[in-house]
Amino acid sequence: MLRYLIPLAIFLVLVVFLAIGLGRDPHEVPSPLINKAAPTFRLPQLKEPSKTFSAEDMRGKVWVLNVWASWCVSCRDEHPLLIEYAKTGAVPIYGLNWKDKRDDALAWLNDLGDPYVLSASDLDGRIAIDYGVYGAPETYLIDQSGTIRFKQIGPLTPDVWQDKFLPLVQQLNREGAGR
Amino acid sequence: MSRVRLLLPLVLLSLLAPFALAKDAQPASDDPALEQRLTRLSQELRCLVCQNETLADSRADLAEDLRREIREQMRAGKSDKEIIDFLTARYGQFILYKPQVTPTTYLLWFGPFVLLLAGLAVLFRYIKQRRDLIPEKPLTSEERRRAEELLRTSSRKETA
Repeated sequence: MLRYLIPLAIFLVLVVFLAIGLGRDPHEVPSPLINKAAPTFRLPQLKEPSKTFSAEDMRGKVWVLNVWASWCVSCRDEHPLLIEYAKTGAVPIYGLNWKDKRDDALAWLNDLGDPYVLSASDLDGRIAIDYGVYGAPETYLIDQSGTIRFKQIGPLTPDVWQDKFLPLVQQLNREGAGR
Repeated sequence: MSRVRLLLPLVLLSLLAPFALAKDAQPASDDPALEQRLTRLSQELRCLVCQNETLADSRADLAEDLRREIREQMRAGKSDKEIIDFLTARYGQFILYKPQVTPTTYLLWFGPFVLLLAGLAVLFRYIKQRRDLIPEKPLTSEERRRAEELLRTSSRKETA
């Protein structure tokens, strides 16, 4: 009896592992940046290149950094959600315009609406490398002390926003108020 | 003659091949030693966009950016280890084709050896069990006589 059960058990374990492996998205690489300080940068603003934006400017606030580009197809899918979330005012959303052309980026915001408080232009993608970006869109939640608390790789979904971002934002704001 | 006429355009076409290849060439810097070092290092790194390609082979935009970053860091005198640390701090171990030996990768590195040992243990147990199944029974004098006779006839055949 045992000589049939053991191979069966091994087979079942293998099936479970393979099933888990199939269900996972290989593009979701866990970021080593979670709970690390958000890399500092100072970049020109997309709409007013004479002004700059820095992660340091956001000290003391909970904020969201969304990496986007006009050439990025998934960003287009994500965009209506961002506009909706920006309207709720739950958390300020800032954009990092990644390896884009300024005119294309401005046209995109003009056509589709602008959910961002402002966007910073990372034309040559250097800051994106610091943030470990490898596929737009990517969205970071950064806390008052400038620490990355969450990272979404790929487009945001209502589930992720409701279950991951909003609870964390509320928790961080509570902690910040209590301090 | 007609074959030559057929071949000629092909030969001429093949002369264009280097130009087609030239378009694919990467923007190499003027320092061949540095380019060689870059190629060697980026062959151990994964392109995160295409995942099954090395950073050296990939023509993805991000791979080009990362090669530029590595090139600049090499020019700035950083060691290979410093550059790898820089990349893993941002992209994680996944960027390395050869993951470092850390507690999270122990299973990856040592798992096969554990499996090998387990397999050997099972094999030895099996062989021992099989051996125990064979009854140790001395030959009777009749059997011994027959065996010797058989051996004798076979050796005679060999000499013949």
